[in-house]
Amino acid sequence: MNAKDLIQRGPCEWELPMSGKMRVPGLIYGSRALVEAMDDKVFEQTANVATLPGIVKAAFAMPDAHWGYGFPIGGVAAFDPAQGGVVSAGGVGFDVSCGVRCLLTGLRREDVMAVQKPLADALFERIPAGVGSTGAIRLSAERMDAMLAGGAKWAVAQGWGSEADLDRIEEHGQMLHAKPGNVSDFAKRRQRDEMGTLGSGNHYLEVQEVAEIHDAAIADAYGLKAGEVVVMIHCGSRGLGHQIGTEFLKKMAIAAPGFGLTLPDRELACAPIESDLGQEYLGAMRAAINCALANRQILTHLVREVFAEILPAARMPLLYDVSHNTCKTETHRIDGKEKTLHVHRKGATRAFGPGHPELPEPLRKVGQPVLIGGSMGTGSWVLAGTTASESLAFSSACHGAGRAMSRNKAASQWRGRQVVDELAGRGILIRSPSQRGIAEEAPGAYKDVVEVVDAADEAGLARKVARMLPLVCVKG
Amino acid sequence: MTARWEHYEHGADIGVRGYGETLAAAFEQAALAMTAVIADPAGIDPREAVDIECEAPDPELLLAEWLNAIVYEMAVRRMLFGRFEVSIDGPRLKARAFGEPTSVARHGPAVEVKGATYTSLRVTRTDDGGWLAQTVVDV
Repeated sequence: MNAKDLIQRGPCEWELPMSGKMRVPGLIYGSRALVEAMDDKVFEQTANVATLPGIVKAAFAMPDAHWGYGFPIGGVAAFDPAQGGVVSAGGVGFDVSCGVRCLLTGLRREDVMAVQKPLADALFERIPAGVGSTGAIRLSAERMDAMLAGGAKWAVAQGWGSEADLDRIEEHGQMLHAKPGNVSDFAKRRQRDEMGTLGSGNHYLEVQEVAEIHDAAIADAYGLKAGEVVVMIHCGSRGLGHQIGTEFLKKMAIAAPGFGLTLPDRELACAPIESDLGQEYLGAMRAAINCALANRQILTHLVREVFAEILPAARMPLLYDVSHNTCKTETHRIDGKEKTLHVHRKGATRAFGPGHPELPEPLRKVGQPVLIGGSMGTGSWVLAGTTASESLAFSSACHGAGRAMSRNKAASQWRGRQVVDELAGRGILIRSPSQRGIAEEAPGAYKDVVEVVDAADEAGLARKVARMLPLVCVKG
Repeated sequence: MTARWEHYEHGADIGVRGYGETLAAAFEQAALAMTAVIADPAGIDPREAVDIECEAPDPELLLAEWLNAIVYEMAVRRMLFGRFEVSIDGPRLKARAFGEPTSVARHGPAVEVKGATYTSLRVTRTDDGGWLAQTVVDV
C-alpha cells in the first residue's frame, strides 16, 4: 500500500479506498508533497485502523502523520459503543495525554533578551529534565489517588496555579470518570518521584517570540501580539502513563481473541468499549490524563516562579493546554444525528471550532487554540480550530512537525555541541542534560513545520494564527 | 553464531535487535540494544544486581514483557544496566540485570525508553540455528 493507492479528494485531502477487511475508507490530510513523503506504513496502519469494529466514518491521518505502532502517529478514529466500537491502548499510545500548553507573558522580546542567559540557566536549574530526573514532590498513596482523580484542578488546589488556569485546559483541568483504583501499583510507583518533571526525548520547555501574526482578529482574542514572548511546555504523563500503556497493551493483546477480534497487527490491541476490560482501561487512561494535566500545571508553577524572580513584570496567564494521546468521549453529528463517540487522537490535537460549548467564553467566538510544536530551531505555531474541522475529522488537527529522520541518523549527522553553538549564533539558547539528546532532536531531523501547518490550514482542519520562534529551549 | 546486538531504523523511534545461540542469549542482547538507546552499555559499571522475573504466553510477548520489566526497573531504581543473564523455561523468564545508578555526567543518557512496543516484534530462529529477538521501543 502506498501513496499511489490514494484518490485525491481536494487540494489537501486524499482517500484511501476501502479494500480487504476495511469497514470505512481512510482519509489522509496533507499536501501532495507531504503525502508522497509519508512512510507507506502510514497508509497500511490507517487501513488497519479502518478494520476495527464500530469505527465511524473513516480512519484519518493528519498532515504530520508518520509510522507509529498500531495507529499511525497523527491518526484519528472515532468508535461508536452502540455499534460494538472498541477502545485501543495502542490507539492512545504510551505517553498518555502528552501535550502542549502555552503561557502568555506580556513581555517584549527585548525584555527577555536582556536577561536571556540567566533566564535560561534558572529555568534549566529549576525544571527537572532528562533521564532519571526527579521532582521535589513526593506523593503518598492518598495524594497520588487525589492527583489521579483531580488533574490540574488538584494541582491548583495544592497551590500550583490559579482557578483562572482551569478554564484554559481541556475538560477544565479535570478529566471526569478517572478511576485511580484501575491504575496498577507499578504505574503509581513509577510516578511517585516524577511529578513536575519534563521527561526526555522530544519534550521541552521553550521561551518563544511571537514572530508573525497570520490572523489578527483571532490573535487578538488569544492575547498574542507580535514581538511579545510566550512560554510553551511540551510533556506528558511520565512514567505512570507509560506503564499504563504497557500493561493494557498486553492485557488487550491477550484478551482480543476472547472478544472475537482478529487483529491485523498486535499493536491494534483493543477491547469493546462496553466490556469490563474496555471500561477498566478507560478509567486508568483518564487517570493518566489527569496525571499529565497535573504535571503540566506543576511545571507551569515552576516556570512562573522563575519568571517572578528574573522578570517580575511578567503576567503569565495560560492561553491554552491541549492533549495529544487520548481517547475522549465526545458528541458528534453523524448524518444529521448526534452520537456519543469515543474519539482516539494519537499524536493529534483536538481542534474545536467557534461556538463549541466546551470552550471558555473569550475563546468561543474564534475557536480553540491548536498548539503545534516544531523543533528547537524552526519554531512552533498557534492555529485555531475551525467549524469545518468537525465534519472533516471529528474536530482534529495535526500536533507537530513529525520526525523526518531517525534518532540514530540524526545522532550520526550532528554533534550536540555543534547544534547548540549554531543555534546560539542565531540567538537561541539551548539547555539540556544530554548532548546526544540535543543531536537526536536537531532541527534538521524534523519535517518542515511550515509545510505541515500550511496543509492543515488549506485542508480546513485549523486556521493559522501565529508563528513563534524560540529564544530559550530547555530540552529533556 | 556470535551473540550481538544492533539497532534498526524506525521513523520516530528505534528498533532493537539481539542475536544469540540460544533464545535466552538473544534476549540478553536485545536488552543491551535497548540500553544502548539510552547510553553506551560499555560505560555502565555492573556492580549491583537486580533480579527480574516475568512470563507471557508466547516468546514474542515474553520479549516485550522482558524489555518492559527492565524499563520499569530502570525507572524506579534510576539505574542503568550494562550486563544481563537470562534463563527461559517455557513461558517463564528469570534474569539478573547488572548495573549502577544513572549518572548524568558519566553516562550522558540521551533519552528515556517509555516502553517496548509490538511494532515489528519478532522472535525467530536464524538460518544458522541461532535466535533473533527484536522490537521497536518507544522513546
